[in-house]
Amino acid sequence: MSNSEEFINQLANKYGRKRESLMPILQEVVEQFYYLSDENMVNIAKELDISTADVYGTATFYSFLATERQGKYSIRVCQTIICDMKHKDDIIEAITEMLAIKPGETTPDGKFSLNFTNCLGWCHKGPAMLINDEYYTELTPEKVKDILLSYMKK
Amino acid sequence: MATQLKRTELIFKEYMDCNALMKNVMKMGRDAFIQELLDSGLKGRGGAGFPTGLKWKIVKETNSDVKYVVCNADEGEPGTFKDREILTKASDKVVWGMALAAYIVGAKEGFIYLRGEYKFLGTKLRIAIDRMENSIRALGINFKLELVFGAGAYICGEETSLLQSMAGHRGEPTNKPPFPVNWGYLGKPTVVNNVETFVNTMIIAEIGSAEYKKLGTKASQGSKLFSVSGDCCKEGVFELEMGMTVQEFVEEFGDGDTKAVQVGGASGFCVPRKEFANTIIGYEGIPTGGSMKVFNSSRSMYNILENYLVFFEEESCGQCTPCRVGTQQLLRGVRAVKRKEKPKSYLDELLKLANTMKYASKCGLGRSVGNAFKSIIENFREEIVY
Ligand SMILES: Cc1cc2nc3c(=O)[nH]c(=O)nc-3n(C[C@H](O)[C@H](O)[C@H](O)COP(=O)(O)O)c2cc1C
Ligand code: SF4
Ligand code: FES
Repeated sequence: MSNSEEFINQLANKYGRKRESLMPILQEVVEQFYYLSDENMVNIAKELDISTADVYGTATFYSFLATERQGKYSIRVCQTIICDMKHKDDIIEAITEMLAIKPGETTPDGKFSLNFTNCLGWCHKGPAMLINDEYYTELTPEKVKDILLSYMKK
Repeated sequence: MATQLKRTELIFKEYMDCNALMKNVMKMGRDAFIQELLDSGLKGRGGAGFPTGLKWKIVKETNSDVKYVVCNADEGEPGTFKDREILTKASDKVVWGMALAAYIVGAKEGFIYLRGEYKFLGTKLRIAIDRMENSIRALGINFKLELVFGAGAYICGEETSLLQSMAGHRGEPTNKPPFPVNWGYLGKPTVVNNVETFVNTMIIAEIGSAEYKKLGTKASQGSKLFSVSGDCCKEGVFELEMGMTVQEFVEEFGDGDTKAVQVGGASGFCVPRKEFANTIIGYEGIPTGGSMKVFNSSRSMYNILENYLVFFEEESCGQCTPCRVGTQQLLRGVRAVKRKEKPKSYLDELLKLANTMKYASKCGLGRSVGNAFKSIIENFREEIVY
């Protein structure tokens, strides 16, 4: 068994091999490998004894379950109205300037991906963004640069 | 002159002896507590406003070995962040409210469906869950509560979609009926309530329906959390009695130059200045899950409308044609009018489409796109066209 096959096998042991186990398994695979590769989706389908199309169909429904390669750190900047009013464009610009990627792209070293997302529930402290599960609020271009620097050093 | 809005302090009140309240309810009996909930007039705080007592009563009276209690913590409506605040500051009350529901309806298992964006709350919630499970076992109640996560889909806040997602499927809403109370998670009777609703049931257990009813108005009992953001003198989560007018709200929260207030998030209504005084926030006017977005006169209503349409176009689950194609066409349509590729009269065609979506869409998402669309176009037509 390859590493990822082994990992998926353990997840199936942990969550069970029912259809209800699919979401937590997909979520943990994304946490581990940053996205769902074709190979991993095939393996999940085998473990749960459902069709690969079902796995793919479910995964593609959810914006946090990427099926294309993503960076280790997934940056999601809120694009919804209040953050928009609070200059989310400046935040995107600062990130683009620093990492040389536009929304929808991943850095060549595989470290960062940048995406837009919808309201994060931090409107009163916008503009807001997530990096993986961490939230960052009341962003300014300077603040965002400091945050990215700290991730670059990780 | 600023009028004094009626502030309340129930949801975030520091101390609540949940264990003792649970014992009281057990002494009182299931039917008596359901009657309390019915008398209190409590309606669901997730937006749809279904009477909570009635929901619990139906599930209690449905015959089934297996029943579930689900807390809807998917909070995705733009401009809403009160559930996050509750889960941060009052997580015990939420999990105890769920235990209360489980006791009343006879469920042994429950789930909190937490939006993926709030994953950072997971550790805190697990601690609250463990604490509650331990105390409740000592009371002789067997209830197991699990935490599950969403994965970035607004539609999963819709209860049937949420249950699909929990079952490992695409979060596509199903037709109602059957309602979750009869046919919910894995086909079993299920109570689905909003985070704030569960806390309110604990408050009613504490102060009783008579006291609870003194808050708010005849149609909108109790207090409500409002998520306030935008061009304000203060932003954040505020606990207020329902039944105030938008005017009163703006006097307290506006920046002195308020042009419009979006009540109820992207799926709610845009109230223009001329309507502030005679629009009531509550079930006798505009009911809301609590999102209040304030816009001053420097804002372009076109940008606001376009932003909402981008949101709906992305978040439509795509399952039914009126909503999937409708959201795309509305977005394309207003952009075309703005760019003068279409005449202004095209807006009337789009209004007809929005109206069709209201009746032909399968779920609440498609049915409510027209709310913001119509209220913005009708009140700010010049801003959309020029
Ligand atoms: C598109 C859509 C999104 C929704 N999002 C949420 C949500 O994030 N949280 C919530 O509690 N209810 C949401 N609802 C309402 C739920 O379907 C359901 O009515 C509610 O969870 C019931 O709980 P309540 O009676 O306590 O409000 C949404 C409804 C629709 C149509
Ligand atoms: S109305 Fe929209 S969100 Fe609801 S089922 Fe239809 S396509 Fe999906
Ligand atoms: S609009 Fe950005 S967090 Fe709500």
